[in-house]
Amino acid sequence: MFQRIIQLLLKEFLQLRRDRSARFRLLIPPIVQMLLFGYAATFEVFNVATVMLDQDHTQESRALVDSFVHSSRFELVAVADDRRQVQAAVESSKAQLGIVVPPGFAELLRKGQSAPLQVLVDGTNSNTALIALGYAGQISGAFGQTYAQDLAQRTGRALGRPLVSVKLEERYWYNPNLNSRWFFVPGVIGTLTLITIVNLTAFAIVREREVGTLEQILVTPIRPVEFIIGKTLPFFFIGLLEVSIVTAVGMWWFRVPFEGNLLVLLFGTCLFLISVLAIGLLISTLCKTQQQAFASNFFILNPMFILSGFSFPIATMPQALQWITYVDPLRYFLIIIRATYLKGVGIDILWPQMATLAALGFGLFGVAILRFSKSLD
Amino acid sequence: MADSSPMQIVVDGLVKRFGAFTALDGISFGVAHGEIMGFLGPNGAGKSTLIRILCGLLRPSAGRALVAGIDVAGDPEAVRRRIGYMSQKFSLYGDLSVVENLRFFGGIYGVSEAEMPERLRFAVDMAGLTGREDALVATLAGGWKQRLALGAAILHRPAILFLDEPTSGVDPGSRRRFWNLIHALSEEGVSILVSTHYMDEAEYCHRIALINRGRLVALGTPLELKQHSLGGELLALEGERIGEAIAPLARAPGVRDVAMFGNALHVLVDQAALRLPALLALLAGSGIADGRGRRIDPSLEDSFVHLVAAKLPPTEVAS
Ligand SMILES: Nc1ncnc2c1ncn2[C@@H]1O[C@H](COP(=O)(O)OP(=O)(O)OP(=O)(O)O)[C@@H](O)[C@H]1O
Ligand SMILES: [Mg+2]
Repeated sequence: MFQRIIQLLLKEFLQLRRDRSARFRLLIPPIVQMLLFGYAATFEVFNVATVMLDQDHTQESRALVDSFVHSSRFELVAVADDRRQVQAAVESSKAQLGIVVPPGFAELLRKGQSAPLQVLVDGTNSNTALIALGYAGQISGAFGQTYAQDLAQRTGRALGRPLVSVKLEERYWYNPNLNSRWFFVPGVIGTLTLITIVNLTAFAIVREREVGTLEQILVTPIRPVEFIIGKTLPFFFIGLLEVSIVTAVGMWWFRVPFEGNLLVLLFGTCLFLISVLAIGLLISTLCKTQQQAFASNFFILNPMFILSGFSFPIATMPQALQWITYVDPLRYFLIIIRATYLKGVGIDILWPQMATLAALGFGLFGVAILRFSKSLD
Repeated sequence: MADSSPMQIVVDGLVKRFGAFTALDGISFGVAHGEIMGFLGPNGAGKSTLIRILCGLLRPSAGRALVAGIDVAGDPEAVRRRIGYMSQKFSLYGDLSVVENLRFFGGIYGVSEAEMPERLRFAVDMAGLTGREDALVATLAGGWKQRLALGAAILHRPAILFLDEPTSGVDPGSRRRFWNLIHALSEEGVSILVSTHYMDEAEYCHRIALINRGRLVALGTPLELKQHSLGGELLALEGERIGEAIAPLARAPGVRDVAMFGNALHVLVDQAALRLPALLALLAGSGIADGRGRRIDPSLEDSFVHLVAAKLPPTEVAS
């Protein structure tokens, strides 16, 4: 068993060593794309996952919370009982925004003073954060204005007096300067790994099918599992190498600080690569020619990319699409890589993503092995 | 037929359908130890499909195939350890060297490290590539490539060898050398099933199976096929514009078949000596002044053309 796998590995590396253009394809495009992606655009944001903490418990505070909830911009995902829960929700990426109405909010308003409203933002996704903050400002501003008019009518005080207002106190976490590059760089690492490794894996097998060497291998006593391991293991190592290179570019060229534990990222990357290899493998079992593989890659990788939350927030997608994102390995890896990179979060928080990724990876791999029968029918 | 059969390959009523298309339609034959069985048939006859089924690459739709006494559909892995296969497409790695290819396939076939050097030397010698072990396979000429592929297919000393058009596109000298190798293997007891397009190569086989459109049209030694399958004697007629005589000749008494062979006509008659004068007279009457003819020994090609092109009901001829 091992002898056959080793023979395959040896063969793959020999071929790779001979293939100058392959080495070029492996290194240059990821670096170039990394540089290109380093500069990103902004996007409109809906349904920002929001956690609320109302410490005031007054009619006013409830009205304010309502006006957030009823806007299409924010979606209430949790109601917290204390600040620790707000922090936990943002840290675990359950919510992107935390709104805290501090005690005494209504009292200040009634006195006609400006009342503070705290907004905690997960700055990791800087675009969303920035835009969400803008909306929060608008909503609280409108709320303040309505309240002031109300108050003026009820008390008979003229509007010219010091205007009641709700003052936003913003707190950014993790990415204090809302540097969008910091947000994009880790995402690019995941996306590029996906694209390159799926392509390499799919093409490596489809090429053998097309050239005819696969048929020659199929008549040997090699087992499907042996063939698949021997054929994908090289790309597993290449994937790790690629993540390292692109990460290095991100850290030293774009100076995105790496906050987390490299081992956690490595572990997450390994899990992600299993899914990626399995997808490449599945494509290769479906395609007879490299041309078909090219088309399939396009049709599979593009949606995976769009649905991953790389640039378009998943929360703003229609519900049906959101469901599909649950089977997109890139979605989970992006959470892992962004969280380890920018937040320094560990396995204690990321284990659900890791577990899902592992389940997806081994599931897909199992399907690929079952599909890869040693016959040509 | 039981497993104790002396046959290395037993094919019984084999059918292969691809969707609605029937590629193999009830094929039955056997191959003995050390026998060279040739598969002859036009493009699309089903030769590759049959070989692939015997290698366990395709599943038969009906019927049974025993290779080395093992049902291929039931236990393809057990069969694979005992067979060597050269596919119709050249399928070694062009970007690997001669020894790298051999070592790879040897390793996959489970040739032990102890045995490997001897097997590598054997395959390299056989291919005539001694001294060029490190050449990339893509740089080799066709004949060498095919011999190397044969070497790779027999590294693990299979008892049965399947060769799918191993000499197509190879120059005649190399083909000759290739067939010498096949005969050497056969003398060692290896059973060989080889498909080919070349009539002359078919003559090198111990037995020939003629297949057309998925059916076995004839089966026998080259001599048997030549003598019996025609069902008559053969005349070769030549002359200026001889082609114009086809229609009147076909209607002449005693004539069973007429076919163009190069610039001659081969005419199948019941008795050559009896019919020749009348046919020459007919040529003269059709305006072919220099018409001449003689009795010839039928070649395999004659049988082939007669059996395939004349579209005789296959069951009548198949032995
Ligand atoms: N996988 C397949 N799916 C559908 N049809 C097939 C498949 N493989 C072969 N065929 C068809 O079966 C028929 C027999 O093909 P096969 O390759 O066995 O012929 P062959 O005798 O080897 O011909 P050639 O001399 O061209 O190699 C052909 O008509 C071919 O188109
Ligand atoms: Mg063929």
